[in-house]
Amino acid sequence: MDKETIMAKYLMLKHYRMPSEYMDYTPMDQWAPEEVDAHVAYMNDFADRLRESGEFVDSQALSPEGTFVRSGGPGQPPVTDGPFPETKDLIAGWMVIDVGSYDRALELAGELSAAPGKDGQPIREWLELRPFLGEAPTVTD
Amino acid sequence: MVADDTLAEVELRELVPAVIGILRGRGADFAAAEDAVQEALIEALSAWPADAPRDPRGWLVTVAWRKFLDGVRSDASRSRREERVTLLDGLDEVRSAGESVSVDDSLELYFLCAHPDLAPASAVALTLRAVGGLTTKQIATAYMVPETTMAQRISRAKRTIAGHRLDRPGDLGSVLTVLYLVFNEGHSGDVDLAAEAIRLTRGLRSLSDDPEVAGLLALMLLHHARRSSRFDPAGRLIALADQDRDRWDTALIAEGITILQAALARDRVGPYQAQAAIAALHADAQRVEDTDWVQILDWYDELTALTDNPVVALNRAVALGEADGPQAGLAALGELAEDLPRYAAVEAHLRAAAGETDRAAELFAAAAARTSNLAERDHLMRRAAELRASL
Repeated sequence: MDKETIMAKYLMLKHYRMPSEYMDYTPMDQWAPEEVDAHVAYMNDFADRLRESGEFVDSQALSPEGTFVRSGGPGQPPVTDGPFPETKDLIAGWMVIDVGSYDRALELAGELSAAPGKDGQPIREWLELRPFLGEAPTVTD
Repeated sequence: MVADDTLAEVELRELVPAVIGILRGRGADFAAAEDAVQEALIEALSAWPADAPRDPRGWLVTVAWRKFLDGVRSDASRSRREERVTLLDGLDEVRSAGESVSVDDSLELYFLCAHPDLAPASAVALTLRAVGGLTTKQIATAYMVPETTMAQRISRAKRTIAGHRLDRPGDLGSVLTVLYLVFNEGHSGDVDLAAEAIRLTRGLRSLSDDPEVAGLLALMLLHHARRSSRFDPAGRLIALADQDRDRWDTALIAEGITILQAALARDRVGPYQAQAAIAALHADAQRVEDTDWVQILDWYDELTALTDNPVVALNRAVALGEADGPQAGLAALGELAEDLPRYAAVEAHLRAAAGETDRAAELFAAAAARTSNLAERDHLMRRAAELRASL
């Protein structure tokens, strides 16, 4: 066993919308219903395999609807703006994994990205892989 | 009474490895015995605060053995091999009082749970459950993953080592790594992992007289002694040089130093003893100015010879910077790969000491962007801000 390899959590972010150079697959609204079902089944199956391997932490999907919010200043109600402009990145959901190495995180993100789309072909969508900041170690000398 | 409950829970945990040993002694395989004891443990945790038995170990053995037999029966009814159950059933009435677990068997449990075939995270989880007597839920909470994920990790670990007969004398180095990892992760939540690691290392020391076991225990005690001074009330990380040394736990330091001296006297130094020696030299300094950096540097040289861990070389550059001045530290740092974790933080520290405030501030900010933990990121950002404010 290698002392340096400890578990680390990573966030895999899926997007509804990204800059166009990252959106090179046929959008889901142009798929056949059974192609959508196959895509969803692939995601669920992927999560189940992570549960089985002891690497699953969390998975959530987000509504494409949303609002920008900020403080309206002292004593004022929050200010809202929306819906989101067409150009904004839209997060579709995420999966959090707890894995033994960065390479393993990359491998899993690659696998998730290969979910089937139009004509059952892997969409190979771009995912964002982000490490969590962990706890400070005890031994520092 | 919270304190009483906690005490009872630790006492209960301490019984777990022995009860697993007794079930194995009766012929149960490790995986099934460990599952059965976990189930009995969960039952005890819910029943005992109100109704603690007079003979807790006997109770656990009886309940765990029944759980084990239930498991065998349900397997048997599937495979229709009733005779095996009949054979085992006779043991149900065996009194557990006379059954004991030998030192070898207790030690074997540590070796098995930290088997080199296991990934570190699996070995950690299995050790905490089977040797530490923690529940799956407690381990899952401590490592911030769902309970089902942790349960899978543990059952996969048990499948990996199923059927492994242990090669004597077992891999002590792997056990020490697992205990070190538990300690180093040791943030205090519902389960205090640092305290748990110390308890398990004390247990190991009662079974093995290897000086590295003592070295690891001393290292843990000496670091644990500083625990209450490592963070301020707002949760901010406080660097060793800025810690309030009056808050260090002198009893833990004294114990750590006694254990370390006895280990070093055996003249079989290893990396844990060397790290403990460094911690002991820090503990020995009443004020940060009293730190014996020359001796600390000697120990880093020793540690470098013992391990090929590049983090040691970084820390050595810091020690050299204190012993011979920041330029010497920077020269040593220049020999190392810049992509090492914390390289920028070490360079920032040395440049600040050399009076290169501007450059140090930049480097602290760069280090903050590269660190892998939140407390350190905030600390490095504060250092950058302090230096910029002083310009």
